Amino acid sequence: MKRAHLFFALIVYTGAIILFGAGAQLWAQTQSTSQQPWEQIPIPKLPSFHPAQPKRFVLPNGMVIFLQEDHELPTIDGTARIRGGERSVPADKTGLTDIYGEVWRTGGTKAQTGDQLDDFLEQRAAKVETGGGGDSTTVSWSCLKDDFDDVFRVFDDVLRNPEFRAEKIEIAQKGMYDAISRRNDDPGEITGREAAKLVYGANNPYARVPEYKTVAAVMRQDLVEWHGKYVHPNNIILGVVGDFDSAKMEAKLREAFASWPKGPAASNPEIKPDPAKAGYYEVDKTDINQSHIQMVALGITRKNPDYFATSVFNEAFGGGFSSRMFGDIRTTKGLAYAVGGGIGSGWDHPGMLRLTVSTKSATTIESIQALDEEIADLGKRPINDEEIKRAKDSILNSFVFRFDSPEKVLQEKMAYEFYGYPLDFLENFQKGIEGVTKEDVARVAAKYLHRDQMAVLVVGNVKEFDKPLSSLGAVTKLDITIPAPQPGLMPGQGEQR
Amino acid sequence: MKFRIIFLQTLLVCFVLCSLALGQDLSSFEKRTTVKKLANGLTVIICERPEAPVFSFFTHVDVGSVQDPMDRTGLAHMFEHMAFKGTDTIGTRDYPDEKVALAKVETAYAAYIAERDKPVDRDEAKLKQLEQSWKDAIAAADKFSAPYNNEFGKIVESEGGEGMNAFTDYDETAYHYSFPVNRLELWAYLESERFLHPVMRQFYKERNVVIEERRMRVDSNPVGRLLEQFTEEAFAAHPYHRPTIGWISDLNSFSATDAQNFFDKYYVPSNMVVTVVGDVKASEAMPIVEKYFSRIPARPRPDTATTVEPPQNSERTVVLHEQSQPLYLEGYHRPDYRSADDQVYDAIADLMSNGRTSRLYRALVRDKQIASDSAGFTGLPGTKYPQLFAFYAFPIPGHTTQEVGNAIHSEIDRLKKEDISDEELKMIKTRAKANLIRSLGSNEGLASDLSLYQARYDDWRELFRSVDRIEKVTKADIRRVANKTFTADNRTVGIIEFAPPTGGPPGAGAAPQGGGQ
Repeated sequence: MKRAHLFFALIVYTGAIILFGAGAQLWAQTQSTSQQPWEQIPIPKLPSFHPAQPKRFVLPNGMVIFLQEDHELPTIDGTARIRGGERSVPADKTGLTDIYGEVWRTGGTKAQTGDQLDDFLEQRAAKVETGGGGDSTTVSWSCLKDDFDDVFRVFDDVLRNPEFRAEKIEIAQKGMYDAISRRNDDPGEITGREAAKLVYGANNPYARVPEYKTVAAVMRQDLVEWHGKYVHPNNIILGVVGDFDSAKMEAKLREAFASWPKGPAASNPEIKPDPAKAGYYEVDKTDINQSHIQMVALGITRKNPDYFATSVFNEAFGGGFSSRMFGDIRTTKGLAYAVGGGIGSGWDHPGMLRLTVSTKSATTIESIQALDEEIADLGKRPINDEEIKRAKDSILNSFVFRFDSPEKVLQEKMAYEFYGYPLDFLENFQKGIEGVTKEDVARVAAKYLHRDQMAVLVVGNVKEFDKPLSSLGAVTKLDITIPAPQPGLMPGQGEQR
Repeated sequence: MKFRIIFLQTLLVCFVLCSLALGQDLSSFEKRTTVKKLANGLTVIICERPEAPVFSFFTHVDVGSVQDPMDRTGLAHMFEHMAFKGTDTIGTRDYPDEKVALAKVETAYAAYIAERDKPVDRDEAKLKQLEQSWKDAIAAADKFSAPYNNEFGKIVESEGGEGMNAFTDYDETAYHYSFPVNRLELWAYLESERFLHPVMRQFYKERNVVIEERRMRVDSNPVGRLLEQFTEEAFAAHPYHRPTIGWISDLNSFSATDAQNFFDKYYVPSNMVVTVVGDVKASEAMPIVEKYFSRIPARPRPDTATTVEPPQNSERTVVLHEQSQPLYLEGYHRPDYRSADDQVYDAIADLMSNGRTSRLYRALVRDKQIASDSAGFTGLPGTKYPQLFAFYAFPIPGHTTQEVGNAIHSEIDRLKKEDISDEELKMIKTRAKANLIRSLGSNEGLASDLSLYQARYDDWRELFRSVDRIEKVTKADIRRVANKTFTADNRTVGIIEFAPPTGGPPGAGAAPQGGGQ
């Protein structure tokens, strides 16, 4: 009785929500004087819980390793995260790390083709996979513990001896061409992509997207060079979780990697955001009956001391069921199913401030005005004590879910290591949230939410809008036409379908 | 070279199979899993998993959109939204007065609808006045609830609830979230209260929210539009042909009274399985759960007879001409989940689709290089009733839906004519066991699986036994089932073909595939 994947997901209707922020108690502060039934239910003290911390050690060659034992199931999984990602790729080869992240694995190793690896691993229900990302690339494995030695050998071989066979590069490129050709099919995808361009700049590494031309420009030599440039032990953080003995695992890993020499350290590129000017931006899409609206601007980094206050603000303003945006725009006005947002944060570069609502074409302008009202209201009716308490309770009472499995603890620690955060960041996060005051929240709202500095993006069926977008201000029409591929790039090209 | 690898694989596979020791998993779960059927008929499962001081629950209600009344499609899903609207104590200023106000909304709405839907002699002026009376009644009722908007969700969130959500599909409705373990009693109160005294407040605004959900998932999404048309075409008689989200005219018509009636009929305790998984002791938790959930009065189990889909006996095709890139989908009728061949279908899905060794990946993506993705899966649109086994492929630029359809058919023919290899059969069985093991490592996943298997088979242990059954699948089974199922007369095809946008400004839709016009 297997449930269908992918398509199944499309015909399941989630009741409740698409969450944009974190999620938010009220009754203790409500005016009612008598205690409500649920307030009479005792809440015992939560048993003290000290989740197992991973063992961290650094090899002489600089590789940082975390070992997290978890003996519940007979599995061992690991991930190597390697510094250097798409943001370091030259613009004319945008998409390089997508191709690299695929062909690293499918292209096989010097000793075995990717297809041979597929057969070998699938017979063990094991995986070794590679991937590319904005600031790093990864090689990971998952296996049953009895297969560890076999699977680890494959992992190590992929990590250090990839071959990037040409025929697999071609398959990866074709997959990318397909994705490019489909990128204007879904309004949500268009909105996300164009909003990032408005915030960071269309050609900024945090916003640009692969084109036929940039994908076609990626050669095998580029992948080989990328690998040579970045995959060195001193650029790698390796995390292992599962049913093993840490002492024995440490010995194995030291043996495997000790002789691997250091290489040049990866450096992070200087990237300056180049936001579009404030105003209205429109994408006309004639085959939809719902507008996707996003108000966007630059957000903050988590290193910013305002991070805690913005977390509380986000929860109260645009987080879950309890937030103002949800209560006003969805529950009271019935304008949207998907609504929410907040001041986004990134690890090492500013995230996006984003307020979003999706509404029928005929209430597009009305919904933008509803968002305007929410922002304006913050000045007149700041987030109050009750909302602050609810938001803080929500974050603090659900805090345990940040580390309720050994794997989550490991992932947190690896992220802190990668981005140079103190390894006790999570413990301090709790204290940081506890310390947030009403004044802090009002201050960060005033500091970061400037309606007149936001870009407002609407992807919708323009002729069905309640009023022209231009009734609100000057509109820039965005051309999202996909630049055609160069002649001869694809079969059947030039023929009218 | 090839031989050596296969030989090595065979050896190792044997090792894996011997080492998995699934029997132990079941007996370990039997020791820490407690099932109790309460006097009102509600089934409670508690599974002890003391990994961290938290728990997850999953309330499975054996009612889905299949049970929507004929002219009230979308009602099961609509009720699910209403289950977040509070109760006669949660989310109200003064329930007795609110109740009176809500009754007035219903009276006014009924009068409005009666006039609106008059086939002849509709009085437009009267209609306008009736609509206004209905809206006035809503405004009056909202005064009791508005200050407490979303109070149910607010309680859950501020108490540390994590992942609060729900879903409705064709077969069932489910509610779930996780809490710190010291909130077990609070949860038992909230979750039972929700199904003891739900109140249909703010119904008509929530209906608009649901209509937006339809716009997002179906109307404004080409794959959503295809799936709706495709499913409608594939099922002529069984309610699987109707969309779970509902047809727009039904969404614009059904009432809070309809939702209440639906709840009264189907949300009976004997239709519900509530599973709690986490750092709880059954000996302590069961009395708490029982205390609260026993409050729900026993009611007769509803009649759930449905029309049985007759044999198809005709190939059917739907083609959508869209401003979006092509997609090929086809489905074949197969029996429901209780079929003796259920695991044979699972095995076929795994063989055809799972990973880079799968037959469809190798044929369409790796070798022919005509698709970016292709797979086969069972359970469209549900699993409880006779359903479809489906295949799909996304053709890459320069290739057609016909090419990928033909390539899928070649792979199906291979299944019918040739036995699969020993290695493939072993791989399927090894993966089934490994997937089960991996599914046991989270409270949320376990709560969902245990509830579902308990609801469907009246025994959660079937979760483990289904893997034993896949162990018994033979090569001959796969050929037999493929020959029986994958025939042209049993097939429905759904296709999206690219058509350039007409009317609108250039550049708005998709660029034509392959570009270079």
